[in-house]
Amino acid sequence: MEEIKVRVRGFLSRFFKKHELEDSEDIFSLGFVNSLFAMQLVMFIEKEFSIRIENNDLDLQNFRSINSIAELISSKKSA
Amino acid sequence: MKIELTPEQLKLQEQFQKFVDKEVAPMAEQNDREERVPEDLIKKIADQGYLGSMLPVEYGGKGWDMITIGLLNEEFGRGCSSARSLLTVHGMAALGIERWGTPEQRNYWLPKMASGEIIGAFALTEPNVGSDAKSVETTAVLEDDYFILNGQKKWITMGQIANIFLLFAKCEGKPTAFIVEKCSPGFSFKPINGLIGARASMLAELKLENCRIPKGNLVGSVGTGLSHVALSCLNYGRYTIAFGCVGLGQACLKKSVQYTRKRRQFGAPLRENQLIQKMITEMVVNIKAARQLCYHAGYLKDTGDPDYIMATWIAKYFASKMINQVAGDAVQIHGANGFSREYDVERYFRDSKINEVIEGTTQMHEILIAMNAFRNI
Repeated sequence: MEEIKVRVRGFLSRFFKKHELEDSEDIFSLGFVNSLFAMQLVMFIEKEFSIRIENNDLDLQNFRSINSIAELISSKKSA
Repeated sequence: MKIELTPEQLKLQEQFQKFVDKEVAPMAEQNDREERVPEDLIKKIADQGYLGSMLPVEYGGKGWDMITIGLLNEEFGRGCSSARSLLTVHGMAALGIERWGTPEQRNYWLPKMASGEIIGAFALTEPNVGSDAKSVETTAVLEDDYFILNGQKKWITMGQIANIFLLFAKCEGKPTAFIVEKCSPGFSFKPINGLIGARASMLAELKLENCRIPKGNLVGSVGTGLSHVALSCLNYGRYTIAFGCVGLGQACLKKSVQYTRKRRQFGAPLRENQLIQKMITEMVVNIKAARQLCYHAGYLKDTGDPDYIMATWIAKYFASKMINQVAGDAVQIHGANGFSREYDVERYFRDSKINEVIEGTTQMHEILIAMNAFRNI
């Protein structure tokens, strides 16, 4: 799980340059998120972890923080 | 780094060129005049499997890589902008379902869309809503096992012939995507004619009056209609439009070069005039630059790179501006003849403008590309 978080954090740092993201921090509340980011995040997760984000994964709670993103990835990889 | 087409891509490119030269380009003038792409041409396109060019093999599609899809759209753009727009919007609807649809939706609709048995269209724009897509006024309310839709859609490409629409409405106050069949109760459409260009794109205005669709026609989830469903469709739309502009640019260049060989002024062919040479040079260079941006975007998509999205915006922005310059110069080179229907550049000029409007205006692209630069540099 920690390794997943490191890779997700690395990707997110492109968007939150001047802000050290906490694992539980709500990234939607920081005001940087737009449609481009949302789709880039999906593409990143799919490529980096070789999984497919499905329509039933499209719950914003799954993408709200590093922790929730890592949990989604972890659960899909173990499925 | 290796920038060249593979032998398979070259083979398919030749196949596309031959098909467009034989079946598509010769119909373009008639299509424009009659404001329709005839059914038999659509059937020929479907018979080639081109309506499934963007879909995986498992659904009966071609499973082509993005570069090959780009080459197809470039050739169609060279032959007939309206026929290219069919590939674009049909693909947008199909890919929206492929990417975010349920397994049931994918298994039911995609084989039919890949074969061309049904045509899809993308219904986002409304009479009061263009660039500000978040503000769609069409509503969807869940009642028992059905969504009830009310509202209007406008400027829907291929809306006159589409069997299904990937349509966007506010559900629980949030933008949401739905599959709406033409035969749904409460659905009606009205053709839109008399456009400047891309006249055969068979646009329509859609009316949804207590339009009832099954609950299972929701695509994605409530609230992700724009951020995920529409955005992935629009990326494909922008990509194919950008390649279509390259093809249209190529058509302008070819007609211009041919004309400057034949047309004589001051006792010499136009091609010997250095100001004409300057226009030809700018055409060659800008078309090539646009094509390279398109290739780059396609390459990033094929490798799953998240930067594909921004690369596509950049390619579409450049290519749509490019074609307006190129088509304008093509008319300029043709002089008064360029104003006449007897010369294809007249149509090319009219067809070029819409590319700076659809799938995001030039100005929206300028905002988004600049914001991305501010964020990343």
